[in-house]
Amino acid sequence: MQFSEAWLRELVNPNIDTNALVEQLTMAGLEVDSVLPAAADFSGVVVGQISKVIAHPDADKLRVCTVEVGQDEPLQIVCGASNVREGLKIPAALIGAILPGDFKIKKSKLRGEASYGMLCSEKELGLAADADGLMELAEDAPVGADIRDYLALNDQLIEVDLTPNRADCLSIEGVAREVALLNQLPFSVLEVATTPVDHQESLVVKVSSPEACPRYLGRLIKGVNAQSETPLWMQERLRRSGVKSLGAVVDITNYVLLEMGQPLHAFDAAKLNGNIEVRMAAEGESFSLLNDQEIKTNTQTTLVIADAENALALAGVMGGKDSAVSESTQDIFLECAFFAPLFMMGKARHYGLHTDSSHRFERGVDAELQNRAIERATQLIVEIAGGSVGVITEAISEKNLPKRVPVLLRQQRIKRILGVELPAADVEEILQRLGMSVEKQDEAWLVTPPGFRFDIAIEADLIEEIGRIYGYNNLPKSSLLMRSALSQAPEAVLPIDQIKDLLVARDYQEAITYSFVDEDIQKAVAPNDTYIKLQNPISADLAVMRTTLWCGLLQAASYNTKRQQTRVRFFETGQRFLGTNADAQEKMLAGLVLGSVNAEQWGEPVRKVDFYDVKADVEAICALTAYEVQFVAAQHPALHPGQSAEIKNREGVSLGWVGMLHPTLEKQLGFDNSVFLFELSQEVLLERNIPAFSSLSKFPSVRRDLALLVKEEVPFQEIKNCIDGCQEALIKDIKVFDIYRGQGVEEGYKSVALALIMQNTTETLVDSDIDAIVNKVLDALSRNISAKLRD
Amino acid sequence: MSSTLEEILAQAIQAIEAANDLQALDQIRVQYLGKKGAFTLQMKELGKLEPEQRRAAGQAINQVKSDFQNTLEARKNSLQQAALDARLASETIDVTLPGRGQSVAGLHPVTLTLRRISKIFSSVGFKVEEGPEIEDDYHNFEALNIPSHHPARAMHDTFYFDAHTLLRTHTSPVQVRSMEKYQPPLKVLAPGRVYRCDSDITHTPMFHQVEGFVVDENVSFADLKGVVYEFLTAFFEKDIQVRFRPSYFPFTEPSAEVDIECVMCDGKGCRVCSHTGWLEVMGCGMIHPEVFKSVNIDTEAFTGFAFGMGVERLAMLRYGINDLRLFFENDLKFLEQFN
Repeated sequence: MQFSEAWLRELVNPNIDTNALVEQLTMAGLEVDSVLPAAADFSGVVVGQISKVIAHPDADKLRVCTVEVGQDEPLQIVCGASNVREGLKIPAALIGAILPGDFKIKKSKLRGEASYGMLCSEKELGLAADADGLMELAEDAPVGADIRDYLALNDQLIEVDLTPNRADCLSIEGVAREVALLNQLPFSVLEVATTPVDHQESLVVKVSSPEACPRYLGRLIKGVNAQSETPLWMQERLRRSGVKSLGAVVDITNYVLLEMGQPLHAFDAAKLNGNIEVRMAAEGESFSLLNDQEIKTNTQTTLVIADAENALALAGVMGGKDSAVSESTQDIFLECAFFAPLFMMGKARHYGLHTDSSHRFERGVDAELQNRAIERATQLIVEIAGGSVGVITEAISEKNLPKRVPVLLRQQRIKRILGVELPAADVEEILQRLGMSVEKQDEAWLVTPPGFRFDIAIEADLIEEIGRIYGYNNLPKSSLLMRSALSQAPEAVLPIDQIKDLLVARDYQEAITYSFVDEDIQKAVAPNDTYIKLQNPISADLAVMRTTLWCGLLQAASYNTKRQQTRVRFFETGQRFLGTNADAQEKMLAGLVLGSVNAEQWGEPVRKVDFYDVKADVEAICALTAYEVQFVAAQHPALHPGQSAEIKNREGVSLGWVGMLHPTLEKQLGFDNSVFLFELSQEVLLERNIPAFSSLSKFPSVRRDLALLVKEEVPFQEIKNCIDGCQEALIKDIKVFDIYRGQGVEEGYKSVALALIMQNTTETLVDSDIDAIVNKVLDALSRNISAKLRD
Repeated sequence: MSSTLEEILAQAIQAIEAANDLQALDQIRVQYLGKKGAFTLQMKELGKLEPEQRRAAGQAINQVKSDFQNTLEARKNSLQQAALDARLASETIDVTLPGRGQSVAGLHPVTLTLRRISKIFSSVGFKVEEGPEIEDDYHNFEALNIPSHHPARAMHDTFYFDAHTLLRTHTSPVQVRSMEKYQPPLKVLAPGRVYRCDSDITHTPMFHQVEGFVVDENVSFADLKGVVYEFLTAFFEKDIQVRFRPSYFPFTEPSAEVDIECVMCDGKGCRVCSHTGWLEVMGCGMIHPEVFKSVNIDTEAFTGFAFGMGVERLAMLRYGINDLRLFFENDLKFLEQFN
C-alpha cells in the first residue's frame, strides 16, 4: 500500500524524520518497500492564468497565449496543447525554471513568435506518466503562487509491503493507528457527523447469503451532480495513493477506501430494476464489469449483487458496467457492506481480477466499520456533489458477523516462546497500547482484541504482538542447547557427495539444469517414456517434467558448444519424474562428455573421447560401492545401437545406461562431435558393500597368459562368463591385456590375450595343478564359444 | 734409480691428466700397477738390491705409487663429476611447461553453498532430510496452515499438474513429512529444489532452498535468534550485523524476516541493498500451533522453530554473483570460476 507522508502526519505526527519513520515501520513489520518524492524535482513553476489566446500566424497547431503569472506584466508564451483556452489556470514554467530531467526553460522563438516560458502538463511536471493536454488547475488557484506550494508537492510517497495478516493497515487510519502506538501518541479515528436524512426513499435489500454477507448497508442519494469537480486536495491524495481520479462520486468511494479501509460502491439508481439482492450467482449468469470484462459466472459460490432481474456486480470485487455511475447520473445507490473473508478468498483471482476492494475483503475488513464509512461517504458526496440523502437500509445477520472471542494469554507461555521473562505490567501496557481489552487472571490474561485486529485469534497471535512491540531486536538470543544423540555413520550407503568429488577429480564439471524441459527434446531423447506435463508452464521450453537428466545436459552442452567450447564434460544429480507419486520421482546421476580426452595440451597426443573412456568413469563410480556390475550390450532409443550398454548389478537390477548419443540425435541437436552419455539410478548405485576381510595367502601367485582366437562377435563378457562357469576357485583374477586383429588372424576373428592369475591359500601351486586348471578352462572355452589357442 | 722413479711418476701423471674418460684412466692404472706395470716392475727389481738399500728404495717406490694413486683417484673423481654434470645438463627440462594429463573440474556454486550450510548445521547435530519435488497440496499448503484461497497462496506462484498435485514451492513440506515420520526431539535440515511460476531478472522458475527446524521441549525465539546469528556469522566468516523484523508466514508465529548488513557495501548503502544497508536473507519463526496439530505433536509439550533461506541468494552474496539466471545457464565460463 502506498500513502502520502503528509496525509499520515495530519492524523498523527511523531517527532521523527522520514528516515526514522520508515525504519520504525519496517521494524514493526510494516516493511517499507520504497520512499519516493511526491513529485519529481523541479523549480520555477507558478500558477498561471491564460488571459488571451490567438492563433499562431505560421503554425496551425500552435497558439500564442498571454499568461498572467503574478508579475507586473503578463508573459507571451507559445503553446501547442489542445485544451488551451482563455481563463484557464495552468502551471506556467518561467524563464530559468528547471523541469524534471534537468530541462531548463529559456527564452525561445517558435516559428518566429517569442515565447517567455512554457505551459505544463502533468507529465511535464513528472506528476503523471501520461497527459493529454495542459494540467488544469482549480478556478480559485492563486495566480503567481509556486506550484509546489500550491499542490503541497514537498511530500513523500511511502510504499509498504503489508503481510496478509495486517489488513488493518490497508488504510491511512490503520497506518496512523500503528504509528501512534509505536510512538506512544494519542490517536482516534475521524469522528463522522451523521448527515441529516432528507427523504425516506430506499431500496429493499435482501441478503440471501448472509454467511457471505453478514452486513449490508445501502442508501439512496438523489439529485447528485455527477459532473462535479473532485477537489484538488482529494485528487492529490488519490494520486499520491496511486489511485486515478475518475469523477467525483467514484473518487469519493475510493477516498473512503483509502482513508478507512472500507470499500464502497455507488450504483446509478436509475439503472437498477427493483430491489437489491445479495445472492450466489446462478451458473452461467453473465454481465459486463466496469473494466469492460465480460463475466460468465462458472461457479455457484460467486457472490453477486443483483437487482430484481440481473446480476449487476461481483460482490466485493468490481461493479458492473450497466449500473455504473456516469456523468449523467442523478440518483445513486451507495453500497457499504461487510463480505466475509472466507467467501471472498480466491474469488477475484478466479476471474483473473485483483482490485483494491477484493484485496481488502479477502484479507478482512473491520466488521464494525460500515456505518461510519457510509456516513463519511455521504458527507463527502453532499459536500462535493450535492444531493438529498435517504435513510440507511441495513441488512444484518448478527450470527454471521465475526465474534470478538477473548483469548487466554499465559505469562509462562510468553517466556517459553519468546525466551524472555516480561513483567506483567509491561505485558499489560503493550496490550493496552494495541487497543486490546485486558482482564487479569491468575498468571494470565483474558484478552479481547479490537474489531480492527481480526487477525488475532489464538495465544500465539498475542505473543507475536508482544514480541513485535517489545522489539524483536530487544529479545535475547541464546546458544542452542538441547538433547542430542550421537550421529549415525551408515556405511552400506555411499554418500552421493563422494561420487560428486570423484567426478570432479575426473574433470567433470557439475551442472544444474531445470527439472522441466522442452517437450520436443524430451520426446526425442526418451520417446518411450511417459512424461508429465505442467498445467501452467512458464514457457514452452520448460513445459514437461524430465524423465532423464540427459535432456538438460544435452541443452547445456549445446549452449556451450555454441560458445566456442569444443570440450564439455558435465555431470548432474537430481530427480527424474516418471509420475507424480513420490516413488516415481527417482534420484539420478548423469554425465555427458564430448570433445577430446584431455584439455588441449602439449604433452599428450590429441584423442577424441570414446566409449571406453566414459565406461572407465562409470566403472570408477561403481568401484566406490565395491559392488560388481555388468555392462550388457543393449538398445536405447537415444543411443548408438552398437555403442550402448545397460548397466546391471549382480542381481540383474538395472542401474542405468552408458553409450554414445545416436548419430541422428547428434545431428538433430546440432552437435558436430560424438557425445557420450551415462545415467545411473542413485538408489541402486549407492548401495555399498561393507568390506569383509579374507585371509591373505602366504604362497606365491602364478600367471598364465592365453591368446585366444574367437569370432569377432563374441564379447569379452562371454569369455569371462565361460571361465567363471568353470568354478575354479583358484583363479583369482582375469585380465585382458591385448586385442589383436590382422596378419596371422583370420578375417572375422580376433585374438584376445588373457592373463589368468591363480593362487592357493594352502600350498604353492605346481605345474601339474596349473596345467589342469588351464586345460579345463580351454576345454570349456572351446566347447562353449569355439575359442582356440592361437599358435 | 730414483731419477728413473721420478721420471716414471712424471710420465704417469701426465698420462692421468691426459685421460678423458674412466676407461682410459683404468688402462693407465693397469699400465702402472698391473702385473707388468711400471711400478710393479720396480718392486720386482727390489730383490736385486743390497739388503741395506732395499728398505730405502722400497719406501721410495711406495711413495711414488701412493702419489700416483692419489692423482689417479682425484682424476677419477673429477671425471665422474664431469660425467654426472653432463648427464644432469642433458636431462634438464622446462619445468614451467604445464603438467601432463587430466585436469580437474569443480562443483556448482549452489552445491558449494549447500555443502557449507550443511557442514555448519551438522556440527550441532542437524540431520539432512529430503522430500519429493512433486508434492501434494496437503503437504505444501494445507498442513502448513495455508488453506486453499489463503492470501499467502498468491505469494507462491505455483506450478500445478492437477488441482491437488504441484511442484513444491518451498522446502517446508519436508518439515511436515519429517514430523510425520519421527518423534521429537528433532533437528532437521532440508535442502532442495523448489519451483515458482515466475521468471524475470530476479526470479528463476526453479531455485534452491534450505529449510531447517528444531522441535524439543523448550526451544524459544531466543534459541532461534542464536542459531540464525551463529549461522550467518559462520557462513559469511565475519561478525556481521543481523536484525530480526516482524513478518508473516502462515506456518510460523511469531514470524520474522532476517536482514544482514549488506556484505557488498558493509551496510553503507549500495545498489545491491537498494541503498538501505540491509539485505533480506531468510524467513523464520516459531512453528505455528496449527502445523503441530496437523502432525499430532502436543503444543503444550513441545515448541519449535523453523527457518528457510534461498541458496542462490546466499551464493550470490558470498561470491558476488550479480545475475541469478547464470546459475542455470551452465556456461562453463561461469561454472569454472568456482573450481
